Amino acid sequence: MSHADTMGGHAALMEKPAFSVPAKKMAMWLFIIADTATFAGCLVAYGFIRNATPDWPRPFHSITNVAIMTFILVTSSLTMLFAMDAGKAGDKAKAFRWMLITAALGALFALLHIREWMGLIDEGMTLLKNPWGTGLFGAAFFSITGLHLLHVTGGVIALVAVAIRYQGGRYNADDLEVTGLYWHFVDLVWMFVVPLVYLLNLSH
Amino acid sequence: MAMAETHKSVTGRYVVVYIFILAIAALQFVIAYSNITAPQMFGRMLFLAVVEATLALLFFMHLSDNHGLLWFVVIFTVFVLLAMQYGWTDSFRVLLGAPWSNYTKY
Repeated sequence: MSHADTMGGHAALMEKPAFSVPAKKMAMWLFIIADTATFAGCLVAYGFIRNATPDWPRPFHSITNVAIMTFILVTSSLTMLFAMDAGKAGDKAKAFRWMLITAALGALFALLHIREWMGLIDEGMTLLKNPWGTGLFGAAFFSITGLHLLHVTGGVIALVAVAIRYQGGRYNADDLEVTGLYWHFVDLVWMFVVPLVYLLNLSH
Repeated sequence: MAMAETHKSVTGRYVVVYIFILAIAALQFVIAYSNITAPQMFGRMLFLAVVEATLALLFFMHLSDNHGLLWFVVIFTVFVLLAMQYGWTDSFRVLLGAPWSNYTKY
């Protein structure tokens, strides 16, 4: 039975979706726009206090860890695209595999991030104070990277849950695409966090 | 056959964009070690981040395939981002006493 039949012949009268995008994909885009405002608000606030504070700390001695984290996250975006492509081609096993690889890369990123946090905490950095300069640095750093880490952690859980449901036949390729949009957004935010929070605070 | 070739070219495009994004990210790391002033460094890194984000939006998030949605997202987001910039002069006031008046000392 076609969609028009189930709608009693009224399907032609229904309004077309905005921008020819399915409702769940549109909902994800609206979430991404709203979340962009959240991250931008945090980064602008960070920029404001950094600009207005003379003794801003530059505690990062090496870029190795953040470079590896960036590589992992950008690579996970590519593996997510492979999962979406396999889903569109109807290759369920391949799509499931790529989804799990993406989730594993996300988990690895989160572990490296937590390890970096532990290192900074060991050096005496907290939300309110640090050995290098203004105490605002810890609050700004942990807020921004923590919000991003929260998104990564949520994304990893979502990737695994969607992959399992997709494998079980409850979700389809469109759901992979919607999850993929979220994952690419998490990657996109990191592209701004790295230069502003890490590279501009590198000690020379 | 034709579908397989199209699929191959799409995958190839993803890999090319991925390499570009990694290269731009690497360039940011190089800039971090260059001998330039902080405002210059900030400007260059932000510009590269915008380029990276544009590539991700257009090709990873497929906005290049839907121009209506592209304009919807861009106009909305750019408006919000620009609206947030009104406070910058105040950060100079906090640091220097008055916005821009002592900028040369900075």
